[in-house]
Formats: sequence, structure tokens, C-alpha cells
Amino acid sequence: MQIVLKQIENLGKATLYHITDLGGMGLFLLYSIRGIFKRPFRFAAFLKELKFIGAHSFVVIFFTAAFTGMVLGVQGYYTLSKFGSEGLLGSAVALTLIRELGPVLTGLMVTGRAGSAMCAELGIMRITQQVDALECMSIDPYRFLITPKFLATLVAVPLLTLMFDVVGIFGGYLSGVKLLGVNPGAFFSGMEQSVLNKDINLGIIKSFVFAFIIVWICTGRGFLLLKSRSGFGAGSVSRVTTQAVVLSSITILIWDYLLTAMLL
Amino acid sequence: MIEPIIQFVDVHKSFESTNGAVQKVLRGINFSIRPGMTTVIGGASGQGKSVAIKLILGLMKPDSGKILVEGKDVTVMGSRELNEIRSSFGVVFQGVAPFDSMTVFENVALPLEEKTKLSKQEIRNRVMESLEQFGLVGHEDKFPAQLSGGMLKRVGLARALQLQPKIMLFDEPTTGLDPARSLEIYRLFYKIQKEMEYTAVIVSHDIPKIFNLADQVVVMHEGKAKVFNSSEEIQWSNDPVIQDFVQMTMGHIYQSRMENE
Repeated sequence: MQIVLKQIENLGKATLYHITDLGGMGLFLLYSIRGIFKRPFRFAAFLKELKFIGAHSFVVIFFTAAFTGMVLGVQGYYTLSKFGSEGLLGSAVALTLIRELGPVLTGLMVTGRAGSAMCAELGIMRITQQVDALECMSIDPYRFLITPKFLATLVAVPLLTLMFDVVGIFGGYLSGVKLLGVNPGAFFSGMEQSVLNKDINLGIIKSFVFAFIIVWICTGRGFLLLKSRSGFGAGSVSRVTTQAVVLSSITILIWDYLLTAMLL
Repeated sequence: MIEPIIQFVDVHKSFESTNGAVQKVLRGINFSIRPGMTTVIGGASGQGKSVAIKLILGLMKPDSGKILVEGKDVTVMGSRELNEIRSSFGVVFQGVAPFDSMTVFENVALPLEEKTKLSKQEIRNRVMESLEQFGLVGHEDKFPAQLSGGMLKRVGLARALQLQPKIMLFDEPTTGLDPARSLEIYRLFYKIQKEMEYTAVIVSHDIPKIFNLADQVVVMHEGKAKVFNSSEEIQWSNDPVIQDFVQMTMGHIYQSRMENE
């Protein structure tokens, strides 16, 4: 009987914890959005974040995109050549990248590279009382810390996604046309005919949604570190960062499916 | 009678640890602080000294009771009112809480940049002036991680004083400093308080050393606060708890009157 009661108690505790946690994240989002409209706007900090999240992700995104495109070129070629329709390679590569792989892989790479860093930075600021210090100076920590990251991510991720698409298509061109000998005219004209505005829009909408997911989850988990169950000290920062990356990645994949199902 | 600037009225606070045990840290704290005076809050570790500071700042809410700052209860304030009240505070945290990705100069300049409309040049002049006052000239481009403990405390002090606060809160200002450095920090406190006439609240386990700085000593023990108005009062106290505490922190005190009893 005791054991059963204990189990029920634990279940209740866990439920309450998760509801509180979710509520906390909701409020965090609300305050963050409010922070965006507060003045003065920290333009220099915004540019610094943009450089970190955007410009410094360039190399990672470039290599991911190039090799993804090249693999698509090779895989697509062998599949399509079975049906004698290698000419469709261009549209296959482009559509896959623009609709799916561009936004998703960019989202995942940015989560791993910049999201984890944002989360750890805020977590450390929280445990070393730097957030408290800001509050004591009556400086809104949301405007001061979160707003630059929020806006920079929303600007950087869609741009990185577009870059991913372009680099990926050239990767496909390299392996498909240059290495495997698909006709370059067919490669590009097929692409021109099959890629519609609708597909590009879908990719851009996805990239905005993913940017939002990344910055919300990663900054939120770090900022609310002390309210989570991750314990104290350096260990809590590492746990909360891992958690943020996992949660953000999974959420991106779930929303990728949902958005595709809704908008395609 | 002068209105107290800070007042604790029957404040209770407990914490729940991860294993579910509830620890009652404050069990009905009452004391008040008059403007312009220096109050030292002392007591052994884990008696809720730092909690008291967080409560004053509204960073934490008590389970019950009131904390009045300038007559207004901070426990029921919204964030806007709280911001207003906080702008009359200067705080030096236990670990100073420097913004570690900013230089010393940027740390000290931040309150001025954020809260005043001074020009860049004016801010530069004011910051350099106070860096000189605190003996930090030549270190302005260093990052907090490159400073010694004493310097870091001085950076925290300089940062907290930029907006000329009415109330200064110091959480363990001398922890981790050698006796000479501690003395230097106390001297700095005294000098600056004379100049700026703020109300000071100092949390410290270093009580004996700052007796001479304090107008009032609040000793926290087992969730209660005992108030003393002079260092003699605390040294001659008959309360066994206080006697223990005094002996623990300053060694046995020879009291000739004990001989006559």
C-alpha cells in the first residue's frame, strides 16, 4: 500500500513539475517578446550575436550543405537511372533541399553550434548571479540578454537556410553532373520547371519556425536553470545544455513533419 | 522617531531540498534599519543571512511576513514597482557577480549606460574617476577572471556605487580576502559612506572585525534575529547562543566581572 501511495505521489509531483516547467517556458517567451519592444535597443549586442550565430556558423553550414548535396546527387542518380530518368536529378536534389533538408539540417546544426552555447552562457550567468545583478540594477534581463539572441537567431537561421540550399544544389551539381555525367542543361532546366514559389516559401516558413524553436528552448532552458530539476553548479549547466539541445532537435523534427503535412 | 528605511516584520522562509525535506531558515525575523546607519547582519553559515538580502531586493519571496522598504512592502510588489525600488539600491553580491564577458571598464560603466542619458565622454570621465578612487586604474581593460579577489570586490563596489544609491547591500564583502585586504575594504566602506551618506547593510560572518563600522548588529541564529546596538552589548550578552557565537568567532573573551559573580 505504501509503495502504491508513493508511486502516486511521485506521479503527481512529476506532473506538477512539468506543468510548472511548461508554464515557466510560456512566461519566459512572453517576457522575451515584451523585451524586444523595450528601449533602448542594444544594437551592438545584436550585431555581436548575429556574427556569432550567423557568420561563425558559415563554415559548418557550408560543409554540411556541400556534402549533403553531393550525397543526394549520387543517391538520386543511382535511383533515377534505374528508371532512365537521370534528367530529373536536378529537380529531385533541389526539391529535397529546399523543402526538407535545408531548413531541418540548418536548424539542427545551429542548435548544436549556437543553441548549446547560448544555453550554457545564460546558465552560467544565472548560477553566478549575473542575472540577479542585472535585476538589482533594475535592468530588464530579457531586454538585455535575450532580445539580441532572439532577433539574431530569427535573422540568421533563414539566411543560413538559403545558403544551405544554394550550396547543397551546387554539391548535387558537382557529383551528379561533373562526376556522374548527367546533362547540365537537363539538371538546371528540370529544376527551374519543378521548383515553385510554394516550395521556397515552405522552406522559408520552416526556417523561421525552427529559428524560433531553437532560440526559445535554448535561451529558456539556460535562463530558467535554477527553476529546473537539474541540480546545482557546473553539472547543472552541462545537464541543462544537453537537455536544451535534445529538446530543441526533437521539437524541430516534430514541427518539420507538422508543417509539411499542413502546408504541402 | 525616524522612520525605518528597511523593516522586517515576522518574516518566515523555508526551502525544500531535492529529497523533499523542508528546511526552515527564517522563523519570524523582526528588525528595522534606520536611514544612514550601518547594520551588520551576522551569524554562522546557513542561518539565512544572504536570504535576508535577497528578500530585501525582492529576488525571493518569503513564505509569510512583510519586508518594508521606505514603508512599502516589497513582497507584494509588481515588477515595475520593484524596479523602481531597486534603483535606489546598490548591491555587491557574495561573488561580486561581475559580468564576466565584459571588461572592468564596461562593468562599471554599465549602470550609467543603461540608466542615465550621459554622453559617452561623460560616462568615460565618471568611470575613470571612480576607477581611480578604487585604485583600479590600469586594470580597466582586464576581464574579471584576470583580477585578484580584492580587486574584484572593488570593481563590484565601484559598479554598485555608480548611480549613487540610497541603500547599499553587501553580501560577505570580505570573504576570501586576507586580513590586510579585508581591512582595506572596510576602510573604503567607511570613507565612501561618509562621502555618500548611504544606508549600509553588510552581511558578514566576520562580525568582530566590523564591530567598529556598525551602528547595529543583527545576529541570526536558528531562524531568529537578535538586535544589538553596540559591540559591547553583544560581547557582554548573557544569552548563551550569543556567547557561543562571540567565542566561536573571536575566541574566548576574558570578562573581569565574571570573577566577582
